[in-house]
Amino acid sequence: MTREDIAQAVIDIITDVVPDEDCSTLDPAVALREQLELDSMDFLDIVMELRKQHGVEVPEADYPALATLNSCVDYLEPHMKDK
Amino acid sequence: MSDLHRIVITGIGLTAPNGNDLATFRANLLAGVSGVSPYAIRYVGDTVAGQCDFDALRYQKRKELRKGTRAGAISIYCANEAIADSGLDWENTNKSRVGIYIGTTEHGNVETENEVYNISQFDYDLRFWTHHHNPRTVSNNPAGEVTINMGVTGPHYTIGAACAAGNMGLIQGLQQLQLGEVDIALAGGVSESIHTFGIFAGFKSQNALASHEDPAKASRPFDTDRNGIVISEGGAVYALERLEDAMGRGATIYAEIVGYAANSDATDFVLPNPERQRECVLAALKRAGLAPADIHIVSTHATGTKMGDIQECAAMRDIFAGCPDTYFNNTKSYIGHAMGAAGALELAGNIPALNDGIVHPTINVDTLDPECALPNLVVNTPVKVDKIDTILNNSFGMLGINSTLIIKRFIS
Repeated sequence: MTREDIAQAVIDIITDVVPDEDCSTLDPAVALREQLELDSMDFLDIVMELRKQHGVEVPEADYPALATLNSCVDYLEPHMKDK
Repeated sequence: MSDLHRIVITGIGLTAPNGNDLATFRANLLAGVSGVSPYAIRYVGDTVAGQCDFDALRYQKRKELRKGTRAGAISIYCANEAIADSGLDWENTNKSRVGIYIGTTEHGNVETENEVYNISQFDYDLRFWTHHHNPRTVSNNPAGEVTINMGVTGPHYTIGAACAAGNMGLIQGLQQLQLGEVDIALAGGVSESIHTFGIFAGFKSQNALASHEDPAKASRPFDTDRNGIVISEGGAVYALERLEDAMGRGATIYAEIVGYAANSDATDFVLPNPERQRECVLAALKRAGLAPADIHIVSTHATGTKMGDIQECAAMRDIFAGCPDTYFNNTKSYIGHAMGAAGALELAGNIPALNDGIVHPTINVDTLDPECALPNLVVNTPVKVDKIDTILNNSFGMLGINSTLIIKRFIS
């Protein structure tokens, strides 16, 4: 997957987790929780869907790496680039 | 009885398989419109069920629906509708003096079944078990979701009472008002049971799951060809208030709850006990200060099982012998068995009779089982009667729980 593919995969997951939010105008450099109504359970949903859909395990210690869309892609790229 | 102990119904919110508000529900009961339709569920395959099509997005966002349960969504819809119907100034209501009392037959089966199926797709790896499981399956979930949705900070809990739960939710609300614990009770019952294959499979293994080539005719209490229960979802939540509070704000009062009783068979897990049912009805009448002949409608519990229908009829025949003004009907014949919602929904469908003077029938009786014959059993066609001031509502459930509720027209 390219970085663009990975970003879209994350957006697709977030869109499913918070379906009332507009995810089309996300600033990739700004924290997701500053742009969306994301609570801790929603965040765990995102982690679960990464596991289910893409086989990526995100340990709790790495959760801060998922703060922004850009940091998500940086973190996920090594795990997803060959998928 | 002091006014503090007189409890009245001032709002009703409901969703039934044949109507998402009281007016529609009532119209379909009078028109003989069934809400039972074809249904399929995992492992069971094609069957029939009572399914609701209320607008869940009226009071919840999509994210909330995703996070919560079907029972929670039904409760939220009904509770909001009840408040809207009550005319209460909700924005300025002290939410710490509101209590939520929701009857359920069961809760948690749906989510647990779904999660077991989910992890089966991942070789039963528990890393794929959802973190939503516990808040979705705790017993207070349906009532708790209402508090979050409506900002209610008073007490909330569910009342687990098998298929007597709808009545028991109302009784709990009434008692909490009488104790002064709350000023407004949102009380009733809900069912999400059609979303659990285990309920269908359990009744099927018990030879008690209804089937019919025409789904609308599958639920047929009192008919000789009845072959079991049609499982349904639904809900009915009532706004209850003390009489003086309701009158003080000029509320429209549907009726007063004048009597109730609950007891236990203490005999069997599933088989009913007509003697205990009889005692329950008599206890409710005693509390209401009414004689059997004072009851104008008996809303029967009958579910369409061979033995259950016969036994309830035997108990009612005994109590209401020589009561020419007492009429009997059944609502499960239209909507199936809405489990935890059944008692509250079936009572609601009858309440408009206090105004229109019509007893809706039990439908789908092609050949009346002689053992279910009751004087004034209203069959297939509505009956207009001279006077309807009182309604007695029966709801019985597994493990031998019996409940009876009596309402009366309120005259200021």
